[in-house]
Amino acid sequence: MTTGTRTPVPVDLAPLRSYRRRRGLLQVACVIISAFMAVPIYLIAVAAFSTRAGLNQFPQPFYPANFGTETMSTFLSSTGITAGFINSMTVGIGTLLLSSLVGAPAGYAIARYMFRGKDSYQLFLLFTRALPIVVLSVPLARVFLAAQIYDRPVAVILLHSALALPTTILITSSVFLAVPVDAEEAARIFGCTPVGAFMRVVLPLALPGMAAASIFTFVMSWNEVLGATILTFSQRTLPAQVLSSLADSPLAYRFAGGLVLVIPALIFIAIMRKYLLNMWGTTIR
Amino acid sequence: MSSTARAAVSADSRRGRSRVSPAFWLILPSIVFMLFLFAYPMVEGIRAGFTSDLTGALTLDNWGRMVNDPYFTRAVRNTLLLIVVVIPVQFLFAIIMALLLQAKPRGTALYFYLWAIPLAISDLAAGLVWLSIFADQGYLNSVLVGFGLQPFSWLSYQSPGTQFLAVAMAEVWRATSLVLVIIVSGMQGIPKDYDEAAAVLGANYWQRLRHITLPLLKPSLQVALILRTILAFQTFAVAQALTGESFPLLVGETYRWYSALNNSNVASVYSLVIMAISMITAVAYLRILRDQSRQVAK
Amino acid sequence: MSLQAFSTYLSRRTLFGIAGGMTIAGALAGCSGVSTTGGKGGDAMLFSTQFTPIEEKQRFEQVLAAYVTDPKTSFSSVAVAEFTTSLKTQVDAKQLQFTVAGALHGDLTPMPEYLEDIDDLVADASAAGIPQSMLDLGKLGGSTQKYIPWMQATYVVAVNKKALEWLPAGADVNALTYDQYLEWAKAANKANGKPVFGFPAGPKGLYHRWFQGYLLPSFTGAQVTRFTSDDAMTGWAWMQEFWAQCNPASTNYDNLQEPLARGEILVGWDHVARLVEAPKEKPEDWIMVPAPTGPMGLGYMLIVGGLAVPKGGDKALAAKVIKALSAPAAQIELLKQNAFFPVVKADLPDDLPAPVKLEAQAVAAQADSPKALLSLPPIGLGAKDGEMSQVFKDCFNEICLQGNAPKTVVPKYAATIATILEAAQVPCWSPDPAAAVCKVG
Repeated sequence: MTTGTRTPVPVDLAPLRSYRRRRGLLQVACVIISAFMAVPIYLIAVAAFSTRAGLNQFPQPFYPANFGTETMSTFLSSTGITAGFINSMTVGIGTLLLSSLVGAPAGYAIARYMFRGKDSYQLFLLFTRALPIVVLSVPLARVFLAAQIYDRPVAVILLHSALALPTTILITSSVFLAVPVDAEEAARIFGCTPVGAFMRVVLPLALPGMAAASIFTFVMSWNEVLGATILTFSQRTLPAQVLSSLADSPLAYRFAGGLVLVIPALIFIAIMRKYLLNMWGTTIR
Repeated sequence: MSSTARAAVSADSRRGRSRVSPAFWLILPSIVFMLFLFAYPMVEGIRAGFTSDLTGALTLDNWGRMVNDPYFTRAVRNTLLLIVVVIPVQFLFAIIMALLLQAKPRGTALYFYLWAIPLAISDLAAGLVWLSIFADQGYLNSVLVGFGLQPFSWLSYQSPGTQFLAVAMAEVWRATSLVLVIIVSGMQGIPKDYDEAAAVLGANYWQRLRHITLPLLKPSLQVALILRTILAFQTFAVAQALTGESFPLLVGETYRWYSALNNSNVASVYSLVIMAISMITAVAYLRILRDQSRQVAK
Repeated sequence: MSLQAFSTYLSRRTLFGIAGGMTIAGALAGCSGVSTTGGKGGDAMLFSTQFTPIEEKQRFEQVLAAYVTDPKTSFSSVAVAEFTTSLKTQVDAKQLQFTVAGALHGDLTPMPEYLEDIDDLVADASAAGIPQSMLDLGKLGGSTQKYIPWMQATYVVAVNKKALEWLPAGADVNALTYDQYLEWAKAANKANGKPVFGFPAGPKGLYHRWFQGYLLPSFTGAQVTRFTSDDAMTGWAWMQEFWAQCNPASTNYDNLQEPLARGEILVGWDHVARLVEAPKEKPEDWIMVPAPTGPMGLGYMLIVGGLAVPKGGDKALAAKVIKALSAPAAQIELLKQNAFFPVVKADLPDDLPAPVKLEAQAVAAQADSPKALLSLPPIGLGAKDGEMSQVFKDCFNEICLQGNAPKTVVPKYAATIATILEAAQVPCWSPDPAAAVCKVG
């Protein structure tokens, strides 16, 4: 056996370089897109935390040159903001629950069963979303007045659930489609009832996807303004309370209001998104 | 999928179930819920379109008023233009974004979060943000002036081209996250085995994309496309914030007839037009995408 | 198949327990929310279309708290469309949730049948000094009193003193003619290299009032009865020339106080409440002047806001609120805070905020001018009021934005006005001569 120094074998670094370059380009692309998405948010935050005089400058500085909390604090202390916040949270969570309860079974049916009228059912769901709510507003208000639930969060929960139902059903159906039937059938073979199989096999796997549907629903409910405005009077949700006054307010307040509306939804997405990401790379089969 | 459906149906018939498929009971709550809530308002809303606002009698006058309105043709043209341009761009963008995420760059979690943020933004906030960018004394002109160029009136009624571009960009920014999240959750359902098997057998990235990923993504794409189209017909808040009334859109006209002109009958007619167009588009998408997915799913 | 993936399972009971608990909690919470108007049961509520901007709302709430103590009144202000819908649906369902409606004449015009007759409150109102002509407006074209006038406003021109150097020679900024105004705009344009005059032509801008109350009356002496006359064509031709001198971004200006404050424009005509913020930072840089005078006089428009009681409402409670708001002290405070002028007899104090003082001077000069020609917003058109306003906006659109000749555009819209007036069958309103049934001319 020969010992001693061996000339190192030249390693072809080209594939590694091209891999690194591809990864590099990937990062660059991601950063550019992130900038496109996030910079407007940054700008509205800067504008919301500027002094009034600062907003009148031209050219506008990109960094918080005129930092001032006065517009934000005036906005937050105006009547009805905290109350509206509480009402919006109630409505958002209620909508989440109600639309999941009603929508998940329907999503399961679309995913697993082939039944007559499936297409018409899906069309029916979309049909209800196709008419703008401004036209439905007056009859809808009458319905709720007659049912004595006008001006209560319950009314808004019902409306928002109905508005969110098509999205919920469509997303949960595609989520249930992703759960392999074999696993379910295996559970049944091993002695579970159909409902048990659903609970123990399908639901845990589908929960992350349903979390995605819940993001939509909560955010949609949080930002929905016209329906909430029409169905409530003195117990409004935050957008209903705020957006009617924002529309005529000076620019500074509109930025402040816009930012305040954005933040809770941002927090909610931050909490829920990990459910989506946990599924990455753990697809069964 | 058809095999599982056949399995389910045959399993039921072996157990001697009644003719009513269990699917019926599962979808019943949703049907009851929607009918309960929307049936009367929808009937009322549709009926208002055919009722005279003065006498309450049935009439087709409202249709005439809508068609003869000076803003009607522009509204239809602008709405269709926006749909035709913005939606394909959004889908392309969202698919690219989803594929980028699938390649798992470092910081995937952060990127996904940032890209999903516009979901949280309300129409008003989105309109304001882009207004602050495109306004005469806004950020875009600030950048131009910083580089020594002349500022430009992007939103002026005298330049409809840039008006459209501004609205299109704001809409792409605002609504692509919706499509992204649907596609991402659809991508989760694609088993990696197909992809890996194809890679082992020698397919390169683009071939795998074209023949495996995209076809298996079709159901999600269909969902996203229909939903996004229906919603696209109904959003105008961003356009209104940016351009005021110099870029009329169908839903904007609906609101205008309803609120400023106090005529909910003509507003109903506009909304019926919107509903008709979006339903036709939705049915068309269902047909086109369904046939192809049947072929793919053997 | 790996079984670890299935290791997390939810037992049926746990799942039902969670879902059930949350549903019950949600249902309980949903049954009652938190009030967003700051009011509690048993108090009165003022429901209004005015003071929607946040700062105005807060200031008005302070006025209410200080001057309307019995009953304690909370305040809710919404956009006009919502106001109309809410009022109508609540009256129809007989479930009123507010006591008094406070809105502009134009907001209340479409729904006289939804308002209570309040003739018994007229005596107190005229005793407080509200002119009879204004009280008559409150009948909404009918025979019974529907609202008690609450506040008034008009439109003036705000001028940044920087622009004074381009005034035409010999012109008095407080008594301009339309031609001088146009010359001024041209000179300012040339000197600055860009247009510095503004016009509130945004979606929520009040530019239709300019045509109804200022331009047409000043050129023709009437609002609708001389709509197609040659004088009207002259007026529109003037407008075409003037618009060419205006900042094109005006089509996005809902109010002029922000562009004025930003320095985008230096001169502009708008509602007093929409100009008042501009001089706030540096009042010494600004003056407010009356609108220009035309061949037929100084046409100006008066906007009246009123307090009404919804049909089926508590009249006694509402009467208390109306009386409290009609006190001179309350109305002066409203002027100081939100730039809406009193309707009752009240001497303006000297300690008004500077912007309001500027406006008060201009308002007085406008009304007291020997050539003043008072114009009112349309009376008695009901639900068609919006369409009437739209006619003037559409004329502006076609003549100024699209550049069509007035001769082709005006007759078309005269026909629209004719249809509206035909259906309404109401007498003419100032400045048109009184006639049993108004017809477009």
